[in-house]
Amino acid sequence: MPKRPAYSNLVKVIRDGKFVITGELEPEKDYDIGHVLHSAEEMKKTGKIIAANVTDGPQGDAYTCSMVPCYLVQEKVGLEAIWQMTVRDRNRIALFGDILGGAILGLKNLLALTGDHTALGDHQRARPVYDLDSTQLIDLVSKMVDDGTDLEGNEIRGGRPQLNVGCAANPNSNPREPEILKVGRKVEVGADFIQTQTSFDVDDAKEFLKELERFNTPVLLGLFPIKNYGIAWYFNENIPGVSVPKEFLTALKKAEKDNKGNKQAKYDAIDKVNLEFYVPFIKEIKKTTKAAGIHCMAVHYERLFQPLLKDL
Amino acid sequence: MIITKQKDIEEIYDMIKPYSKILVAGCDGCCQPPRSINEAKVLAQMLELKARSEGKELKWKAITVLRQCDDRIAATTLRPFIEEYDAIVSLACGLGVGMLNRIIPTILTFPAQNSMFGGVENNSENYFAEYCETCGECLLGVTGGICPMAGCAKNLSNGPCGGQVEGKCEVGGYIHDCAWVKIWERLKKFNRLDLFTNYRPPRNYRIWSSPRFIHIYESSSNIEEKKKEENV
Ligand code: SF4
Ligand code: SF4
Repeated sequence: MPKRPAYSNLVKVIRDGKFVITGELEPEKDYDIGHVLHSAEEMKKTGKIIAANVTDGPQGDAYTCSMVPCYLVQEKVGLEAIWQMTVRDRNRIALFGDILGGAILGLKNLLALTGDHTALGDHQRARPVYDLDSTQLIDLVSKMVDDGTDLEGNEIRGGRPQLNVGCAANPNSNPREPEILKVGRKVEVGADFIQTQTSFDVDDAKEFLKELERFNTPVLLGLFPIKNYGIAWYFNENIPGVSVPKEFLTALKKAEKDNKGNKQAKYDAIDKVNLEFYVPFIKEIKKTTKAAGIHCMAVHYERLFQPLLKDL
Repeated sequence: MIITKQKDIEEIYDMIKPYSKILVAGCDGCCQPPRSINEAKVLAQMLELKARSEGKELKWKAITVLRQCDDRIAATTLRPFIEEYDAIVSLACGLGVGMLNRIIPTILTFPAQNSMFGGVENNSENYFAEYCETCGECLLGVTGGICPMAGCAKNLSNGPCGGQVEGKCEVGGYIHDCAWVKIWERLKKFNRLDLFTNYRPPRNYRIWSSPRFIHIYESSSNIEEKKKEENV
């Protein structure tokens, strides 16, 4: 399909050929989203993170919506939002309405996701919706943005919403081929960019990026700097299909153990472990692949942004 | 066949508590596991015991019906008995219970089962599994015969989602096969990945919305011809 205009700054910068960094913000069961705005400010300060994803009920939990924090991050902080939208909780009517509403609020990037199943979250007895799947959600956005209509062809009054739409890809999927083919399908119906789930293996990530090259669509590789051993351990034990490399885990553990009682020293040691792992990782990706950038999922690990990104 | 699970005896007893004479009706139709005359008797005896423990008398009769979901069969079988009873407990699936309530308007029929799904019986591995959700717009022709509605926890038309791990679904603790990985394997085997990569547009849930009703002659395969004949 012909390239849709770059409506968002993110897509503009990517198309200009710059290596971009996006961050991740996670509203939880919050009435006060001060921590989201604080984190967004820290991202903005880096001068490197040009946009941030705002999650939509990750792990199937009932959390503060994504749309309002997206708006506030743009309005109050001046950082562009990547609005994550899952098809788990809304049918096509609600999705359409929300997309128009978000576009009116000035949101420019939408990341279309299936969403973790309700059975994994904190309301396991909820009725999962899945009226559309994530590919069909991209199709819906394409119809709205390119044709100015809803899925039934009814015209939107007052102009077309201006959004770019992204899709996800999982480098950890095994088997990988159906995942790649599925991404192709999403590009075909209108995805402007791809953001991947986290990768801990640079060679594997390179291979995955290589396979995605055929779609001729910018890819941001997901990375997950980890701010303490507990999170790394939890991730390793509870997120199937992804394992944190053993050396990384041991180094985090050691950093905490060696610096017990001295908070600052502990932080420094942990940051060092992350920097030693990720700085060369990112450099290698930037140098040797066609990746458009990095999606850095260091949620609530703001102090790492500066040192991690300073040489990029 | 319709796969059912018997309700708790407490729940069944609570439903029939206000009555003293009950007819317990098994079903010899497709309901699985079998809920026939023997199961009806056992249930009736358990209810009687329960009543007795509360100091009450419960009069019962156990019978079975060839197919409770067929109005004629059900009516002919039950009609001779209903006068003497003030409630029916049905061991059929929801279809049977619904049918008895419709054809026997004088007394209430209560369900002894929870109807789980329309499923198949895999005897070699001892399980019942859902193979079809009767969506009204069958996709098996493009999915290598594996149903993405019944088999995929998210009912995806364009799967897999990112949640499968080594071919297992994120829902249910990575025990069940991911339907979309199975679909991919099967289409690959038959050299039909073209079907896999095709985009499937949003589904039509209008035809999947209750209540669903089809005129018997409308469900026959030559409906279009019949319509044409009528027009002529
Ligand atoms: S697609 Fe699945 S649910 Fe629909 S009719 Fe076919 S087998 Fe049944
Ligand atoms: S893992 Fe597979 S079967 Fe499970 S929800 Fe995702 S696509 Fe469907």
